[in-house]
Amino acid sequence: MAIGDILVDVQAVAKHYGDGETRVDALRQVDLQVRAGEVIALLGPSGSGKTTLLNIIGCILDPSSGRVVLDGDPVFDGKWLRSDLRRLRLDKIGFIFQAHNLLPFLTAAENVSLVLDLAGWAPEKGRERAVELLDYLEVSHRAPVKPALLSGGEAQRVAIARALANRPRIILADEPTAALDSKRAQLVMDLLRKLAAEQEACILTVTHDEKIFDRFDRLIHLRDGRLTDD
Amino acid sequence: MNLALKDIRHGLFRFVLTCFGLGLLMTVVLAMIGIYNGLVADALAVVKAPAAEVWVVEAGTKGPFAEASSIPADSRDTVARMPGVAEAGAINYQTVEAPFLDRALRLYVIGYETGRPGGPQIIAEGRGIGTSHFELVADRKTGLVLGDTIRLGRNRFSVVGLVEGAMNSGGDPAVYMTLADAMALQTELAPADQRVQAARGAGAVKSASVAAVIVRVTPGADVDLLTATLRQWKHLAALSQTEQENILLASVVDKARRQIGLFLGILLAVSAVVIALIIYTMTMEKLKQIATLKLIGAPDRTIIGLIVQQSLILGTAGWGIGLVLILLVKDVFPRRVVLEPFNVAVLAGIIVVVCLAASGLGVRAALKVDPATALGG
Repeated sequence: MAIGDILVDVQAVAKHYGDGETRVDALRQVDLQVRAGEVIALLGPSGSGKTTLLNIIGCILDPSSGRVVLDGDPVFDGKWLRSDLRRLRLDKIGFIFQAHNLLPFLTAAENVSLVLDLAGWAPEKGRERAVELLDYLEVSHRAPVKPALLSGGEAQRVAIARALANRPRIILADEPTAALDSKRAQLVMDLLRKLAAEQEACILTVTHDEKIFDRFDRLIHLRDGRLTDD
Repeated sequence: MNLALKDIRHGLFRFVLTCFGLGLLMTVVLAMIGIYNGLVADALAVVKAPAAEVWVVEAGTKGPFAEASSIPADSRDTVARMPGVAEAGAINYQTVEAPFLDRALRLYVIGYETGRPGGPQIIAEGRGIGTSHFELVADRKTGLVLGDTIRLGRNRFSVVGLVEGAMNSGGDPAVYMTLADAMALQTELAPADQRVQAARGAGAVKSASVAAVIVRVTPGADVDLLTATLRQWKHLAALSQTEQENILLASVVDKARRQIGLFLGILLAVSAVVIALIIYTMTMEKLKQIATLKLIGAPDRTIIGLIVQQSLILGTAGWGIGLVLILLVKDVFPRRVVLEPFNVAVLAGIIVVVCLAASGLGVRAALKVDPATALGG
């Protein structure tokens, strides 16, 4: 795999909730390809289907119909168990949340190395990788600190380190800069762009933050469950 | 990385406080088990103390512990001559209340014939009764010490020996005295009453009856045959030691035992609910973290491990704290608290089962959590 390869291939994906009169179509025949190295923003008003699409790509939600291929693996084809999907998430997908969602009982370094521990890395190698990532994100001095004592920017960088720990090729971010000031938001976006290039990963971000729109390769608009603009 | 321990360490004070609370509950459970055992042990202590094999009592009665039993004192000679009898001794029981220093002592007086069965088996301190009159061997719980003197009836008795664990089914500590002294204590009138009786021309009442005759049999003797033979006498009944113990438990302590047993059952049920509630609440508080763990790819076994390990640590710590506390305070209880290793182990087993069942509820809730929950702000 290299820059330019398709990492996320969403083909005619639809998702609806309920049936009959109560049926709500969250996504309607969405097609989307995201290539390695791309940094993409998913835009749209509330209820447009952004989070649903992100959850389907993150293997959290099953689509009602359509096909999803992640890094060459077709998922939701009936052959995957839920535990397999979780393993797929661990190996291929990194999540960055709006509220960093670091585990409060682990230190910054442990939050990062936990992912590697789950992935089966040797504890020593996991710790090394965690420190290396935190160093890269310039928060290694906060490695032994619990999340409650980190600033918003520090916590978000630790969360990014966690998302990147197992070298995933697909990074999904839900409002990653919402809790940051303008300067920090730009820094985070610069960092994500740099990582996408270096790790040959793609980054798919749900955001409403207009001040960072210029940092994306593509802006994808969703309205009423349909892609309206790319 | 052990998430359960990390989480515990993170909220250590709260966890320790929860464990302590559970520990106090376990202390109550263990105390009730101990009181239950103590009640049975205390009740049996007085029957087991003489190390008898056969109890000869009044015909038509169940012996001196269940109801009044009175047989002629010379029954002992008759019984002692029977084939298969190695030793026999007459024995008498009564409860008295006597002033001592600034308090009233409630004592269970056991009168026995020195040199015959019925006296204390082991003297913990001092010596056994060596004279015919006015000496006592007392249980430590009376608070009497060697050399103390106490007035019982018309006479003053000296404490010459101390024993342990001698009491009646009500928990009153026992004192041993000679049978002659015990019979005098039972029947002698106060001087003023005696003068009134003398003025009436009535003689002093002298009882020649005892509560029971206890028998030790010769090696190889048939206890059943002996009791059957004794029962042929119309004025006597005979009970084996086992029958006497069963009667005591069934007649005297059965209601109290069932009462405590029922309360213990309720207490265990309450403990189970409390443990389940604590563990379930602990899990509910972590749902967002569990969703995050699922989202980043943690397998179910990691999440199950987190909940089950914490609940087992909680249960074990609560059990341990409860055990330590009850061992520290059990001697403060006015009645004996008897904890057998078996009871403690069974409670540990129950706690483990309850913790696992309670974890099941938490695990069920945790496994239902949608990882997408973590995504919402």
